[in-house]
Amino acid sequence: MKVNLASVYVDDQEKALRFYTDVLGFRKKQDIDLGEARWLTVVSPDEPDGVELLLEPDSHPAARPFKQALVDDGIPFTSFAVDDVERETERLRGHGVTFTQEPTEMGPVTTAVFDDTCGNLIQIAAMNEPS
Amino acid sequence: MHIIDGVGDLFKALADPTRRKILDELTERDGQTLFEICGRLVMKHGLGSSRQAISQHLDVLEAAGLIEVRREGRYKFHHLNAAPLEQVAERWLRPAKEKP
Repeated sequence: MKVNLASVYVDDQEKALRFYTDVLGFRKKQDIDLGEARWLTVVSPDEPDGVELLLEPDSHPAARPFKQALVDDGIPFTSFAVDDVERETERLRGHGVTFTQEPTEMGPVTTAVFDDTCGNLIQIAAMNEPS
Repeated sequence: MHIIDGVGDLFKALADPTRRKILDELTERDGQTLFEICGRLVMKHGLGSSRQAISQHLDVLEAAGLIEVRREGRYKFHHLNAAPLEQVAERWLRPAKEKP
């Protein structure tokens, strides 16, 4: 058994696809019409055969209150690895992305948290160089 | 400002080491989400309190007027407000000022 899929609940799949590809830089991998929704996944260009991220509709009635409760407390829904949190934060800010947590050194990791415009906060993280 | 009423809450709020750490972290960067405050306490200070416990600490600090909660759209940020500490300075450090 292995992990090949992770998902985020998004309020609009098309908007999510734009943000996760145009802004974050992921690539579309699968786009299958399922009638009401799409089986829509993106991958990192660094790992095109790696874990896929499913942009899953948040249409279940429990999903939106759950998402809002996380945002209320500033809690990211998931976390992505980057090489340099500061640099990535600057790059995303250039695209107009809103951050709820500036890059912060948290012991062995540096993290920042931004809004994915689809109802989620997302963390980016990098391990710090051992000093 | 209710100096007599407030000062008890103020000292009670400051009496707890976790709450003092929260104020230290807000001094380093003002305006943090609950998530960031919890992360800093765990990762920098090894304080593995539950999110609920930290939330209660924040309520105590807010009641004492030491932090203010700011809503910005869907986000909620906690800000340091050191003004109540002026009461301490006025009472013991600068008492002469009140009697010119």
